[in-house]
Formats: sequence, C-alpha cells, structure tokens
Amino acid sequence: MKPIAPKPLPRRFHQARWDEPIIFELSRPGRRGVLLPPVGEEIRREVGDPVGELPDALRRTLPPALPEVSQNQVLRHYARLSQETLGVDLNIDVGQGTCTMKYSPKVNEQLVRAPGLTELHPRQDESTVQGILEVMHRLEEMLCEISGMDRVTLQPAAGSAAIYANVCMIRACQAARGQSHRDQAITTIFSHPSNAAAARVAGYEVITLYPDADGYPDPGALRAAVSERTAALLVTNPEDTGIFNPRIAEFVRVVHEAGGLCAYDQANANGILGITRAREAGFDLCHFNLHKTFSTPHGCGGPAAGACGVTAELAPFLPVPTVECQDGQFRLDYDRPQSIGKVRPFYGVAPNLVRAYAWIMSLGAEGLRRVAETAVLNNNYLLDRVLRIRGVSAPYAPGRRRIEQVRYSWEQLARETGVHTEDLEIRAADYGMHYWTSHHPFVVPEPMTLEPTESYSREDLDEYAAVLGRMSDEAYADPEIVRTAPHNSTVHRTHPEPFDDPEQWAVTWRAYLRKTGQKRG
Amino acid sequence: MPRRRLGFIVNPVAGIGGSVGLKGSDGVETQQRALALGAEPRAGERAAAALKPLLHMADAIDLLAAAGQMGEAVARRVGFRPRVVPVPAAGGATTAEDTRQAALAMRDAGADLVLFAGGDGTARDVCRAVGTDLPVLGIPAGVKIHSAVYAVTPVLAGSLAAEYLRGGGARLREAEVVDLDEEWYRRGQTVTALHGYLMVPHRAGAVQGRKVPTPPGENAQAQAIAAAVAEQMEPGRVYALGPGTTTRAVAEHLGLPKTLVGVDLITREELLAADVGERQILAVQERRPLGIIITPIGGQGFLLGRGNQQISPRVLRRVGREHLLVICPAAKLAALQGRPLLMDTGDPEVDGRLAGYLEVITGYRERAVYRVVGGEPDENPEPEAT
Repeated sequence: MKPIAPKPLPRRFHQARWDEPIIFELSRPGRRGVLLPPVGEEIRREVGDPVGELPDALRRTLPPALPEVSQNQVLRHYARLSQETLGVDLNIDVGQGTCTMKYSPKVNEQLVRAPGLTELHPRQDESTVQGILEVMHRLEEMLCEISGMDRVTLQPAAGSAAIYANVCMIRACQAARGQSHRDQAITTIFSHPSNAAAARVAGYEVITLYPDADGYPDPGALRAAVSERTAALLVTNPEDTGIFNPRIAEFVRVVHEAGGLCAYDQANANGILGITRAREAGFDLCHFNLHKTFSTPHGCGGPAAGACGVTAELAPFLPVPTVECQDGQFRLDYDRPQSIGKVRPFYGVAPNLVRAYAWIMSLGAEGLRRVAETAVLNNNYLLDRVLRIRGVSAPYAPGRRRIEQVRYSWEQLARETGVHTEDLEIRAADYGMHYWTSHHPFVVPEPMTLEPTESYSREDLDEYAAVLGRMSDEAYADPEIVRTAPHNSTVHRTHPEPFDDPEQWAVTWRAYLRKTGQKRG
Repeated sequence: MPRRRLGFIVNPVAGIGGSVGLKGSDGVETQQRALALGAEPRAGERAAAALKPLLHMADAIDLLAAAGQMGEAVARRVGFRPRVVPVPAAGGATTAEDTRQAALAMRDAGADLVLFAGGDGTARDVCRAVGTDLPVLGIPAGVKIHSAVYAVTPVLAGSLAAEYLRGGGARLREAEVVDLDEEWYRRGQTVTALHGYLMVPHRAGAVQGRKVPTPPGENAQAQAIAAAVAEQMEPGRVYALGPGTTTRAVAEHLGLPKTLVGVDLITREELLAADVGERQILAVQERRPLGIIITPIGGQGFLLGRGNQQISPRVLRRVGREHLLVICPAAKLAALQGRPLLMDTGDPEVDGRLAGYLEVITGYRERAVYRVVGGEPDENPEPEAT
C-alpha cells in the first residue's frame, strides 16, 4: 500500500460555517427539552404547594421570556457554535501575548467538580470547611515563598482587583504614617495599564515614565519624577514588551528614598518563577493573577482569582478576613483594626484557588523553575524563528533576548505592502490560528505580541511561525488575499466603529429587539 | 460599495532638489538648477506606488486626476481611466497655483478624498486652497516632509485611502501643515512656520483589541488636558497660549477664541490679544507675570522653535520653568517612539536651561515625565504616521 501523503504546513484548514441563528430565533411556543409528567396525587398531598408559600413580591406575573427549544436543537446549536470558535484547546494559542494562555491540565478540572468543593457554601460554619481553609492557607504560604513576601491574601476577585487592593493598602499605610499628602503614583508606559487605572480610581495623580533610548524604563525620568508627593511606584517587570528591567532594585531604592512604597505587578510571573522574587528587588507589595501564572482558566472565560503579597510592615492593612491557623485549626480573622476592609464578598474564588494549589503541588519548587525556564526558552526560540520572517521586527532593546513574551512590530510589512496587523489577525484564522491584537498601551506600531508559555512544543512553535511566514509571503505577493480575509473561516470581517457607540451595542436579546425597533418576541 | 470620487494631484517637481543637495524644491529657479545638476523627478514614481493599492477597486472609483504631469499621466500608467481636471500649466512648467486650482476644482467636483504627492510646500498649497473643507492625504514625495498630513510611505497612503473610501476603520483628524522657509534653510537657519491644518484620514488605534475599552479619542484627551490646565492656571497671570489643536482645546474649555496657527495672550477669564508676536509678549511681561502653555508641533516633537518662534529666547528667559506648562496627548508622545521632545529656540543657553526631564500634562491628573533636548533632529526623520 502507498503511505499517506504528508500534511503540508501551514495546514489546509477550513472552519465550519453553520449560519446558526441566535437561540432566541429558534424558539417556538410550547417547545420543550424535557416533558415532565404531572405530579402524582400522593406526592401532591405529601408536599403541598411549595410555590404557593412564596410571597407575592417574589412571584412572576409573566413567565420568563426564555427560548423554547427541544433537546436535540439545543445540542445541535451549541455543538455548531463550538465548531465556529478557535478555542485554547483547538489551536496553538501563543498569539494572545500578555494573556499567558498556557494549557491547564484537565485533571484539575476533575478536582474542582468534586462534590466536596461544589457543595460548599460560603456561609458554612468554619468548623465544617476546614479542608478548603487549609488549601487556602497552604496556597498563601506557597505564594509567600514564591514572592518572598511575608503575608498573602487570596481575596481579590482578579488581577486588577488585586492591584486596586494593593493601592488601597498603600494609601492606608501612608495615612498611618501621617503621609496622606503623598498624592502621586508613578508607573511606566509598558506596565499593565491597570496600574495607572487603579491609582486613578484611588484618587492618585498618575505620572507615566517612557523608555530610554535602549528601550528600558528611564531611571533619569524616575529621579525627575519622585518628590515629597510620591506615594507609590507601580510597575510590571518584565514589561509587556518582554524586556526585563535590570535596574529594578535601583528604581525601588529611588522611590524608597523619596518616601514612597513600591508595588510589583507580577500578574504574569511565568518567566521568573523560582528565578527572581519581588522581595529581593526590595518591593513592599506584589500581586499575582492566578489565571496567568498558576494555570487557572483565563478570567475572560470565567471567574478569575488574584493574590496580593505584602511585607510584614504592610500586613496589618490586608483585607479582612485573613485565614489564620492556630493549633491545627483554621479560622477566618475579621478582627484587624487597620485593615482596608473587604475587597470582594466572602473569601476568594475557591475553585480557582484549588486549581492553583493543585498545579503548584504537582510541579513542586523545581518544577516551577522549569516552567519559567521552558517558557523563556520557548519564547526566545520563537523570537529567532519570527525574526527570519520578512517585514517583522522586535522594537526596543535591539539584539537583546526577551523573557516570556515579545511585542513584535509589522511596521515594515505595512509600509511595504499596506497590510496591517489586524489584517493578519483575520488571515491567521484561515489557517486555524488565533492571533490577537490587543496591545495596550498602543505604542508599538503594527503590533503582534506572542507568548508561547511552557505549554507548547518545538513542533507547535514551528507551525505557528510557518503560518506567520506564509502570511508575510502573501502580503508581499498579493496583499489583497490578506486584506480580504477571512476566506476559510466562520465569520466575515467586522468593523470596529460600532464598538465605540453604545447605541449600537446589544448585550441581551431584549436590548437587541428594543434597539432594532422590533417587538419583543 | 457606493461609487467614490478620488482626487489625485502630483506635484511633478516635488523632491527634485533633494537628490542634488538643494534642501528643497520651492521656486522655478531651484527646480531648473536641480534639473541642470542632473536631478531626476521621482514624484511620479512615488505617486504611482500609492495608486496601485487602489487599483483593485478601480471600478468603484471615479478618479479625478489633474491634467498631464500633475496626475493624469501617472494614473493612466497605473491603469486607471481618470476624469481629467484641467490645470493652467498642463504641458508647461507647473507652479503652486496649479496645485491650488486643481484642489479647488476637485472640491467643487465633490471629491470624497484627494490624494496629493509632494512635500511640505505642496501641503501648504493644498491647505491654502481648501483648508479643512475636504479630506486629503499626502503621498510623501518631497524633500521636506515635516507636516503630519503625509502617510509614512506611498503604499501606506494608497492603502489608507482605500480603507477610507471603503468606509472602513479610518477616521478624520486635523493634521498640521508646517514648512521650513527654504531660503533661510539654505543659509543654514531653520525657520519653520505652522501654516494651518488639513483634514486627513488616520487609523491610529484601529486595532486596539476588545480586552480594554477603546482609549478616548484625541478630542476627549485634549478636553481632559484642558480641564487640568485650567485648574493649574493662576488667577492674575497672563499666559501665552501657543498654536495647535491641543492648546485650542484649552481656549475652548475657558470659552475663549483661539488663533489656531498663532500665539494668543489669555488669562483664565479673557483673551487679551490674538495672534501676537514676540514684541507684544515682551511688552506684557513688563507689566504682568507671564506663563506659557505649549504643545509639540508637527510629527517630530518640536516643543519650541518650530511654528511658535514668537515665544522667543528673550521671552523664555524671563519665565520660570514652573510656569511653562507643556501639554500633549499621550498618543502623540507615544508616536515619538522613544525619541525626545526637541527645542531649537536659536539660543543654546535657553535650550540648555530647559533641557532634561519635563513634566508633560497628558490628561486630567495624568502626567508624563519626558526627556527634552536642544538642537536639530536626526537627518531625514520620519513624519508622524497617519
């Protein structure tokens, strides 16, 4: 027999296009997924009318306007929609840099579906939830070790919420020191913008530093920026360009000497796990996004989880409650007079804390360091591959290696072919690849941010680079192919303007009917 | 797609002086000297490169080309069948007046957009003819490209024009027309003026993803800056308000009129004098404390010495650094891609005193600390991408 012909790269992908209506459009009056039998006389006698005991205020006068569909319709509908996406389990998801789309082991999903976790209630008595409190306590201790900080809270609902909690602790600490006149927070343009945003929400004036000629945060600008008004330095390192600021300890020293506190945005610690810590650079606070570094699902796809780490000096200001351990018993401590209060209801997003705990435990200290080493190696391998492609460059710190991600620029390709990065985004979907174009702040022209993480193999990275190379060839040979993409994908091109006009948004079916002037169905 | 009307003007002598070291191509005499020195016209070639990305939609475009060498010939060579807009000089030597006449005729013919190939001098001519009446976009072909109305390359000019005509993501904004005085430039002195604004399509931020909300547009940013400046202005102090759209937002916030391309003297309450020169500023300084509010002019990030020379070294010497309010939307700082802001006041001592790190107001309770240096920019700097 003949061998099967080898598969070419990039693969000859073609996505499903089902033209599937919105589920409300499938609705027909009276159609049902499950037909329930009438309640038997005996049961009725035994149970009575439980709904009848509801107060009038809780009763609907009209039934909810839910879609009425059959079982097989529902299955078909969602199976089809799933074929029209390019999810993390379907493609080589390295094209969503800054988001750290690492592969999350499925066994951890089994753990969080265990009844021991799903049936917990946040109002249960402490004595009945010792297990989850122990998991939280141990996870806090592990994050203390990873960051070098003295205490950690797992209460924030997400990474940006953790930054905000850190800013609130800074404000409380400065107030306790009699330093409330300090009203400025300093950040860098390539730090995640949530740092500037959180400081603004907390009432600080924000001072942004731009890179020096070599692409590093400019220490001269920092020295010019600090004063008796400086409350805090809020920085990411490595920055979203993948460049690590080697003078970070000097930055911290300059701000400390001016009387400010320093918070390290370690939302994405994937490149530095087990290699460097916030403590060694002198930071007073730091935070993690558990969904980036510690393999819980990404926040945009479900509830996230954030963690704040602080030195002993800042610990009194941690949100309440804290998880404490005494004589082998775990409890929640609300009696912390200097606390900034609560930053979310109850305490943390328990399933994500279990996932992060399981992930760290399965790797151990050595494994965490290998995650970082592998992520950095993968990134620099991909950097080498990508820079061989015509039209792409890696601006800032030319010739230097990067940590866990690279913000590339297709500026040359755009100048020479008129093809822009968002054209490539759409064309990549024709090859079954996810390529995202969110690069806040929008500073690098024609940006592309790739972050391979530790999850992907050399073959995977070669395949991704092959798609980029093919798109570059197309742009130079026949830019209209790229500009008019997608050709093999589910949906047509979207236009960005309506996203800026709330009148053209409809996030519910009811809003859609109202804004399009149709009657409610 | 509905049919679109695209105007097309080529200044055939644009850039002719550059290749033979003449630092410009203004004036018939210079152009003849350039030709005598062996210069080869290249504007047509660059204009053709800009038309090519539009060729695939030729059926949907009515191309209005200026006659002969001013557009028609290039358009035909590329494969368009243009409607010809007559210009006085067709066939003979072209002048600035031809560019102006062509731009006016295209406006009157209902052009949706005019592509013009040239340099800063050509942009000035277009600006004088149509101002901000109709959208235009420059194809860089001249020696001097300091105006922000030019795309970075001819290909980008063409693809941006295509995007705009298709009704895609490109939007309009006012972009500066600045020009050096070539006579002075040849004698080794840089005298630049801000001549006005043109409406040009741009696509900055069009690719911003949906993870974060779209950053506020330039107008919203300018309004936030204006609110911050208004709070910082001291009662009783007179301010010299420099040219620019960001400084105009300050005047609008205060409810005052503004000379877009000139310096006005204002207080928080009133306009004291419009479009003043150095002498009037110095005269006010004799009687009252003065502050200065300026924004970088042009794509190169010139803070002083380009387009706002009225704010002279003599004026600056008598203003404390704390009363020099520098304002700039963050996107404009970012577009400098790490290059410092520039000063060229003509007085090295004043440049030296201001050089270093300046606080720049980038929004309401938002500042940047940014480096500013004195002197000339690098050779052949790129204009701001549009």
